[in-house]
Amino acid sequence: MREAKNLICVTCPKGCEARVWAEEGSVKVKGKICKKGKSYLEQEFREPKRTLTTTILTQDSRLKRFPVRTSGPIPKKDLFRAMDYLSSVKVRPPVKASDVIVRDLLQTGIDVIACDDLME
Amino acid sequence: MVQKAHIDLAIIGSGPAGLAAAVEAKRLGLRDLVVFDRDEKPGGILRQCIHAGFGLDKFKEQLTGPEYAHRYLKMAEAEGVDFSLNTTVLEMDKDRVLTVVSEQAGLRQYECGSIILAMGCRERPRGAIGIPGTRPAGIFTAGHAQRLINMEGYMPGRTVVVLGSGDIGLIMARRLTLEGAQVKAVAEILPYPSGLVRNVVQCLHDFDIPLLLTHTVAEVHGDRRVQGVTLVQVDDQWNPVQGTERRIDCDTLLLSVGLIPENELSKVAGVSMDSRTGGAYVNDYFETSLQGVFSCGNVLHVNDVVDNVSSEGESAAHGAYLRVEGRMPDMTSMVSLQGDETIGQIVPHRVSGQKDTTLHIRVKRPMSKLTLRVGDGFEKKLPFARPSEMIWVTVPKEVFRNAGAPIMVCCEER
Repeated sequence: MREAKNLICVTCPKGCEARVWAEEGSVKVKGKICKKGKSYLEQEFREPKRTLTTTILTQDSRLKRFPVRTSGPIPKKDLFRAMDYLSSVKVRPPVKASDVIVRDLLQTGIDVIACDDLME
Repeated sequence: MVQKAHIDLAIIGSGPAGLAAAVEAKRLGLRDLVVFDRDEKPGGILRQCIHAGFGLDKFKEQLTGPEYAHRYLKMAEAEGVDFSLNTTVLEMDKDRVLTVVSEQAGLRQYECGSIILAMGCRERPRGAIGIPGTRPAGIFTAGHAQRLINMEGYMPGRTVVVLGSGDIGLIMARRLTLEGAQVKAVAEILPYPSGLVRNVVQCLHDFDIPLLLTHTVAEVHGDRRVQGVTLVQVDDQWNPVQGTERRIDCDTLLLSVGLIPENELSKVAGVSMDSRTGGAYVNDYFETSLQGVFSCGNVLHVNDVVDNVSSEGESAAHGAYLRVEGRMPDMTSMVSLQGDETIGQIVPHRVSGQKDTTLHIRVKRPMSKLTLRVGDGFEKKLPFARPSEMIWVTVPKEVFRNAGAPIMVCCEER
């Protein structure tokens, strides 16, 4: 059982605060929180996830970095491991935006995709 | 003698405002237009903003900056937009003659039916905020560091203090952390963060980076390279509070202390400027004080959401189209808008009353449960308002009709 946390909801710009804790196998949320916010906060308490956006090396281009992102959110705890893994990945042209660069990143089931075209 | 070519529409800048303006102008039927940009690729600052959060309004999904630019570039390609890249606009005159220079084509001049200003903004540098101390290497504006890391592949430093909690500063705190640097603190002179809540949570809380509100940099230490900064708490007059100084060792100081619309061209041409926004005075068609010259996006006023920048580009394109076609409605009876002490800025500044008009309003301080009033005929209840989040509110044209005096815009907490 993890201890209670004060979390800020980021589903809209209002930024409501809530106290979130686990009780008898379910997640409890206390605070003036809307329906959408409640499900965000429950997920955030159980397993926070983030979409990782970063850059990888390009083979030859004058600009040395190429923008990529995960195709969906990955567990927050895996962010640094993902960065470490991607530091050794190089992209070879030609690539089109949305092309898969890394399939199933760290067995998360999530791919790493290109954010731009890269021509030869 | 430089030969003058004629074009219907010139767009200066190929960032989100310029790209959206170009696509919209083509769709409206303006064939003869050129987009000028000094960079080698269109896209402007979007190319270095690799984080997500763009496009929620325009594309109903969360895109990164390069993806957002890519979508607009594809649209521009489909519409046959003509770009003049690696080209710097040197001067614009009041008769809408542009002087441009590029390595490939040398010096050229264009007589333009209309011009859309879409040059974006620059970062406020150290000199503009007067930080005391030595002048070592290792002090960067946040956007410069962003370009170095995200495009050129250089790390600006290993241990970092960020001054200013604007969105770029917050996003760079996360970016530097993910790339292996240690961000020791973000200092903000105001009693509340300048950036969006989402960025405070996902860029600072996620990585346990302390946010020190009502703090600023009292001194920079180091001779050749930054060795540390002294942070100090400030009172509500922004004066340092004695005895609250603390030194933090670091090799890099990042500045995220505001953006300034890049209006050198506009000023030389004689466009009237608003000292609060740093941009041009415009009417509800985004036309400046110079007939046929339009302004949109961050060169008009600094926006917080890129989708809004694109929307302004589209509106400016609509105005430019009407001007080129000689179909601009009668603009003689315009009313001006005036904010009370709760209002930081309003765009547009003058309204024709010819169409319903979206006002872009920034409040001066955070407020909750407020009523926004425009003249006598319009009010809107809002749950909250913050200086960091521009309010977009569409006001029916009747409110602006037959209103001789300036129309007052005010906010009142209920």
